[in-house]
Amino acid sequence: MAALSDQLLVVAILCYLLAMICHAVEYAFGTRSVIGRAAARPERARVLVGAGVGAAGGTGPADEPGPVADTALPDTALSGSDASVPAGGSGPYRAVLAGRTAVALTGLAALVHLAVLVTRGIAAERMPWGNMYEYLLSVTFVGVVGWLVLLYRRPTLRHLGLFVALAMVLLLAVAGLLLYVPIVPLVPALDSYWFVVHVATIAVSSGILLLGAVPAVMYLIRHGHDQGKRSFPYSLGARVPAADTLERLTFRLHAFAFPIFTFAVMAGAVWAEAAWGRYWGWDPKEIWAFISWVVYAGYLHARATPSVKRPVATWIAVLGFLTMQMNLYGVNIFFEGLHSYGGLD
Amino acid sequence: MSIEQHGRGTGSAGAPTGVAEAEPPAPGGPAGGGRPSGVRRTPLPLALLRNSWRQLTSMRTALILLFLLALAAIPGSVLPQRNINIENVNRFAAEHPDLFPALDRLGGFDVYASPWFSAIYVLLFTSLVGCILPRLRDHLRALRAAPPPAPKRLDRLPRHAVLTDHDGDLARIAAALRGRRWRVAVRGDTVSAEKGYLKETGNLLFHLSLLGVLLGVGLGSWYGWHGNLLLVAGPENAYCNTLQQYAESELGHRVDAADLPPFCLELTDFTATFLPSGQPESFRAETIVEQGDRAPYRASFSVNDPLRLDGASVYLLGHGYAPILRYTDRNGVSQTSDEAFLSIDGNLTSEGVAAFPDVNLDPVTGARNPDLQVAFEGLYLPTAPDSPPFTRSMYPAERSPAVMLFAYRGNLGMDAGIPGSVYRLDQRQVSSGRLTQIGEGKLLRPGEKWTLDDGTSVEFLGTRQYVTISARYDPGERIVLISSALLLVGLMTSLFGRRRRVWFRLSPAPADTTTTGRSSLLEIGGLPRTEYAGFADEFDRLVAATRPDPATEEGTD
Ligand code: HEM
Repeated sequence: MAALSDQLLVVAILCYLLAMICHAVEYAFGTRSVIGRAAARPERARVLVGAGVGAAGGTGPADEPGPVADTALPDTALSGSDASVPAGGSGPYRAVLAGRTAVALTGLAALVHLAVLVTRGIAAERMPWGNMYEYLLSVTFVGVVGWLVLLYRRPTLRHLGLFVALAMVLLLAVAGLLLYVPIVPLVPALDSYWFVVHVATIAVSSGILLLGAVPAVMYLIRHGHDQGKRSFPYSLGARVPAADTLERLTFRLHAFAFPIFTFAVMAGAVWAEAAWGRYWGWDPKEIWAFISWVVYAGYLHARATPSVKRPVATWIAVLGFLTMQMNLYGVNIFFEGLHSYGGLD
Repeated sequence: MSIEQHGRGTGSAGAPTGVAEAEPPAPGGPAGGGRPSGVRRTPLPLALLRNSWRQLTSMRTALILLFLLALAAIPGSVLPQRNINIENVNRFAAEHPDLFPALDRLGGFDVYASPWFSAIYVLLFTSLVGCILPRLRDHLRALRAAPPPAPKRLDRLPRHAVLTDHDGDLARIAAALRGRRWRVAVRGDTVSAEKGYLKETGNLLFHLSLLGVLLGVGLGSWYGWHGNLLLVAGPENAYCNTLQQYAESELGHRVDAADLPPFCLELTDFTATFLPSGQPESFRAETIVEQGDRAPYRASFSVNDPLRLDGASVYLLGHGYAPILRYTDRNGVSQTSDEAFLSIDGNLTSEGVAAFPDVNLDPVTGARNPDLQVAFEGLYLPTAPDSPPFTRSMYPAERSPAVMLFAYRGNLGMDAGIPGSVYRLDQRQVSSGRLTQIGEGKLLRPGEKWTLDDGTSVEFLGTRQYVTISARYDPGERIVLISSALLLVGLMTSLFGRRRRVWFRLSPAPADTTTTGRSSLLEIGGLPRTEYAGFADEFDRLVAATRPDPATEEGTD
């Protein structure tokens, strides 16, 4: 079982890699118009709706990207960046095919990814969250499932898939190459229900926050592009969804993950009380969880503050993401703490 | 309500334009919760004060303070901290003698108790109170007030609909809204309704709970205490909860040594199991507890499963072995030591000292001879290798235990009054020649005896287990836990709640549009005050529900 799990990891990475290549093909062949249409659609939808009910100037910040259009337009018009592609011109068609293949491959990779976790769990006879290697596999799995759910609900976001797949390849490679440890049961300190609750919720929230960083960065790129910047990262902005859509998606993902993350930190505190006698002791992992929490709280705050511009707020979200990465890798590698978790001796 | 505000695409929905950002969107209505600003003349210092207060309680300041708080927490993860690991701090001091004093003066080794860290969170929480109290007042007012009157032009709201041929029954509309748990006010020919007050309630609960958490943490540091000690198994090693017993302890500012609850603890047994790889699998400490009037009782505890006593909990932090060594002196008198040896690796290779200061006494006077004191520095290996070097244990359990001893005779330097480590010999005595090593090191297996050059002997009898434990009391824990739970509830209602308003206005229909007996025109406007994806749907359903035609109503409901 253990060996199977290790082999499946290689398969999963390959699948993600193929998905990434297909996304890149779509990216390269996709014409501005096809993607541009997807990106522009929310505005178009809003105008139509506006005409319908006689409201002027759209619904402003209070409206979500999809729903306004959802109610007013037939479903196909919204969901079908594929359906509405003109038949002529093999370039776009090939691009769409590549894009769909990429999504299918991502789905396949996610299944294999799940199998990696399940086989590992069976081999270890416990939840596969016992060390950094397993933990990272779980976090990334949550991230990819979140991505597929998102994609199902908003097919127009498909172009972000390139970055999701890239992130998956990199993270899984890091897991497999740097963090890999053979299967061992949990050390006594980790043998607790609260540990399961803590790690499960941390993994879920980290996964979603990880995912949330994708539209955040894309938003910043797109925003820069809209401002007329054309140098390297901004040049990518031409082909991603509209800035507004990305920004709202960023917020929604973060607003969803933040309470889970909050709960996870609390569960960790309950566990720490039982294991070490204090619910909070400023151990390096705790410090960085605190920092991440405060930064993300700052993001939500900034977004609710009218005088703070949305790009500034989004930068805070990106900063939060960086602090999470620090906690995932940096703390395990650089600092010595109580969390008997690093698995790097 | 300023529609332009909403069209602008920034800002928190519903905040009236022109109101300083520090001010929360006034829930009371379009009039806003405006403060009397700049109308009356105020003396300069007062104005300055008021201005600073306003600055401090602005969202922007809160944001900056939050950021500073995150930044200020970083050094604590980079530098060793006194309250976590004092040895690491001392090691750092030894390794960086030039850097240490400056960093120490800045509080670098007590980051979370440093003045600058405290200043940031005190300012942040002051800002919080200054921000939340007015908001709380406004919200309480809004909870009692009726929804605000309808704006003049309903057609400029984000959602708008017109129903012709309406029967003009506003009471039914109001009832329908109330049935959907809207708060409703009927004024003449308009109906105002609002829903989603819970969002603001949640926001206030969240921020107030933050105060609760702070309070709990503060209580813990004032009234809590903890002490760590090493407890060797056996009735003669039992300890009672007094400050002197602890190797390391800390009392809260308001706790006195006399306040520690009385209890006594004896370690009767300790079991540890290990995997073949040497990784620990489980621990369990068996104890006899004496507390208050109760008869002594047995209790066991483990990692993740502390021993809960009245007024304290006891946590298992670590464990190890204490070799039992019997020394027989020149007079044939025997003494036994069961000092704990501290483990230095995962396989529990342990080092320590067995000191016998009161041996080889003058047979006549019974006086101590300071040059004939004896000590053994040793390395205990629970699983010793079959052949030398005997420096590392191969496995943490006692599969083939052995102790490597180095004997010393002379003056142990224990009378000088300088407290030395009990796990190390005083090296000054060795280097000055007052304490000399006798022979080479010797490996003893259980039951084996080593006779020294002067005919005295040492015998390795076996080992006792010991545990390192922490006894703790934190009265703030419960408050922190409850506040955290409330915080989470508040956070979720705040993040996922949605505030929205609708207005209905009746006007007489122009005569020529009347097709039935009904003669009214019903205009409906809707305003989501926060991001709310489903508002359009909800609005449409509301419009349908207010149609006089019951068939339609049922059809859409
Ligand atoms: C201890 C530090 C603080 C933390 C961790 C914190 C955290 C948060 C978070 C996470 C939110 C977004 C979730 C929600 O809507 O409830 C929020 C909202 C809010 N906070 Fe804070 N906050 C803090 C201090 C403050 C201070 C000092 C102020 C006042 C200046 C303030 C005023 C607000 C307001 C007005 C909102 C609601 C914004 C809106 O949705 O319109 N907070 N806070």
